[in-house]
Amino acid sequence: MYPDYMEESLRKVVETRPKRLELARKSGPVYPPMDAEARQKVLEGFHPDYEPSARRPVCVGPNKGETLTTEVADLLESHSWLRSEQVDLSKPDIETDVLIIGGGGAGCNAALVAMREHGVRSVIATKLRMGDANTMMSQGGMQAAVSRTDSPTRHYLDAIGGGHFENKPELVKALTEDGPGVVKWLEDLGVVWDKEEDGSMKVMHGGGTSRKRMVSCRDYTGAMIMRTLMDEVRNHPDMIEVKEFMPAVELIMDDKGNCAGAVLYNMDSEEFITVKAKSTIIATGGYGRLHIRGYDTTNHYGATGDGLVMAYRAGAKLMYMDSVQYHPTGVSFPEQIAGFLVTEAIRGAGGQPLNKDGELFVFPREPRDIEASAIIRECVENGGGVPTPSGRVGVWLDSPLIDMLHGEGYTERHFPAMYRQFIRYGIDITKLPMLIYPSLHYQNGGIEINERCETDLPGLFVAGEASGGLHGRNRLMGNSVLDYNVFGRRAGKYASEYAKTVKLGKLSVAHLDAYEKQLADANVQTDLVTPILLPSYAPKDVKKRQLVRGGNALPGSSVLQNRLHDDAFSPAGAK
Amino acid sequence: MVNAPAGATGNLSPSQLDGQQDRALGSLITVYIMGKAYEVPAEATIMGAIEYAGHQIIRGAGCREGYCGACATIYRLPGDYKIRTGLACMTMVEEGMTLAQIPSVPAEKAIYDIEKLKPNVTAIQQMYPTVFRCVACNTCTKSCPQGLQVMDYVQAAKRGDIAEVMDLSFDCVVCGLCMLRCPAEITQPLMGIMAKRLYGRYLRKESHELVERVKAVNDGAYEAEYAEMMSMNREDLSKRYYARDSE
Repeated sequence: MYPDYMEESLRKVVETRPKRLELARKSGPVYPPMDAEARQKVLEGFHPDYEPSARRPVCVGPNKGETLTTEVADLLESHSWLRSEQVDLSKPDIETDVLIIGGGGAGCNAALVAMREHGVRSVIATKLRMGDANTMMSQGGMQAAVSRTDSPTRHYLDAIGGGHFENKPELVKALTEDGPGVVKWLEDLGVVWDKEEDGSMKVMHGGGTSRKRMVSCRDYTGAMIMRTLMDEVRNHPDMIEVKEFMPAVELIMDDKGNCAGAVLYNMDSEEFITVKAKSTIIATGGYGRLHIRGYDTTNHYGATGDGLVMAYRAGAKLMYMDSVQYHPTGVSFPEQIAGFLVTEAIRGAGGQPLNKDGELFVFPREPRDIEASAIIRECVENGGGVPTPSGRVGVWLDSPLIDMLHGEGYTERHFPAMYRQFIRYGIDITKLPMLIYPSLHYQNGGIEINERCETDLPGLFVAGEASGGLHGRNRLMGNSVLDYNVFGRRAGKYASEYAKTVKLGKLSVAHLDAYEKQLADANVQTDLVTPILLPSYAPKDVKKRQLVRGGNALPGSSVLQNRLHDDAFSPAGAK
Repeated sequence: MVNAPAGATGNLSPSQLDGQQDRALGSLITVYIMGKAYEVPAEATIMGAIEYAGHQIIRGAGCREGYCGACATIYRLPGDYKIRTGLACMTMVEEGMTLAQIPSVPAEKAIYDIEKLKPNVTAIQQMYPTVFRCVACNTCTKSCPQGLQVMDYVQAAKRGDIAEVMDLSFDCVVCGLCMLRCPAEITQPLMGIMAKRLYGRYLRKESHELVERVKAVNDGAYEAEYAEMMSMNREDLSKRYYARDSE
């Protein structure tokens, strides 16, 4: 239930609704979309990336001197869990053809393609359970140019315009031309797509799409895809070995500069395990749990940017790591679900963002960075937000319009997860609007790849959110679901082909020492040890008492005692 | 209606937590996490409460938004004999609640080749024969944190009605609580995944336009237009983008 003081604002939403409904039934946009100039203005004025402290130059590694998101620079300027002399590489614990780091959508796709199309064995090493990934959480859908009015090239134009023309063109081509094939691949594996009566794909709009292109599985799209992929992976225990609660913490190289596997960490026994692999795929996802600029996040518990820092230490270049995606519609109230994702498909189906007076202030389907910035502007500059009891702010997302536009029962049938999420707190979204505010959602950039998922390092492939270049500095809705499928499959293919030809030399983690030296030379003072693996949500006083133990010292201490950004406590034992 | 749940820390980010005092300002209640008493904010979710108590969850947290089923939890309330079930990320704490998370539910997934199965009762009989042990007690349905009609889809599976199983189990998050509570030891969520796959693979009407589109891409029908756009400079591409029509 909404607090009493919001009633007047809710009444205004009801008052303006008939007129807005009429607008929505007409063919044109309900609010004028922005042109290039207006977009630039709202971005520069209100996008969190443009705040002065949002970015800073990184002082070590392949992107040295480049301006990156501050939290990313902090993450990269950190110590490894390992020192080279402590890692015995003379007899690896595990040997495999392809090592896949991350058991989400990209990783599972890669393993399946390696096995089915190339007869190549793989090991999937993942931090939590297989399928514990942002893949599981995507709600609204996947873009793919499948309808007769659409084309892959039109998808290309939408994606590259949404990314402000900074996307790597060959990646966008790969994404959009593989799209229809991915829909077919997933259906053949048993994904239950939403369809029309005649069997054609049901398609919806998303932000920045000029054709209805979003294919979906109700609002459990990612969960459906992930569970199907996982189930198929588990049907082949002889070809795909799954190591759960075993995240990688560093890459292993050989003396010729090839990537040659990784060191894993067993979350239960706290052992480090060495894996020698002919090729290695990083599919570790993004970084929402870094809570950049203090934002709530829509992301999975394990989204701590592990792959970025491992690859960076080994010498792989990052791209567009100065750009963060804030999803326009995170939950602002109720408090217990603050930051949770409200799928963009709600706007695709006709939901409208409104200020406290029930007025439209932005076209509901601008690209995400534009939409999010416009919402922030409405709250910050125009005072159009509704404050919450805990001190947040939000604007309305008028969801009752959806049933009015598409017929009663539509919302419950097509957005069961969303309906369930709110009804738990006494808010029926078919009758009341949702209160929303932008939430930290996606790592736009990542480890730079080409259309074969190759990086600067031979033998290292990257797929999915961990990669950079595809989305430019702004991803459109539904392109990440497509991304991890397209590039997961491509990584499986090219990593398999590579594994069949490469001859590895002597294994080494000497790059860790070199990186440590760079930190010292740059006079970096930090007690941060990465990868972070898991965020801590203990209250501050509890954290302080936890960190008394061993002073959060380097190796020897528990990885789980690492505490991100705990500036209040500077342990004596750490460098 | 509430007016000001100050101090709720259910899902605050670290910076927001740090912005507050060491302890929450709002009212605290006592809950028993695996038998041990902790004072936690009255407005917290179970997951928020466990973390507020200082635990670092390894198993038992995942998406934190109700999709992944990692945080299955059982609990009892004072003076009530009933065992209750919920997802820790979605369930609010209550005074005197005694709770434990279920880090993993042992269950054997059937290994199968979907190309060799048919969407009928035989597939169920071969892969998940325990389904036929169902005694229709409805405990599975009562234990489902998603509010699904689990027993009904088990019954549908017994009839070989794959479409019904698909529909009723669509929103299953595979938390495992139903299979833990089931006196017949059925693994409902795993059977549900197989049924959904069988439905998607065999019982869907084919999309002709999808098949045609895949063929067109493979035949290189779009190569020329790709080449044209990829050779355009930013200004021309931008012009084309802003001039494009919208459906």
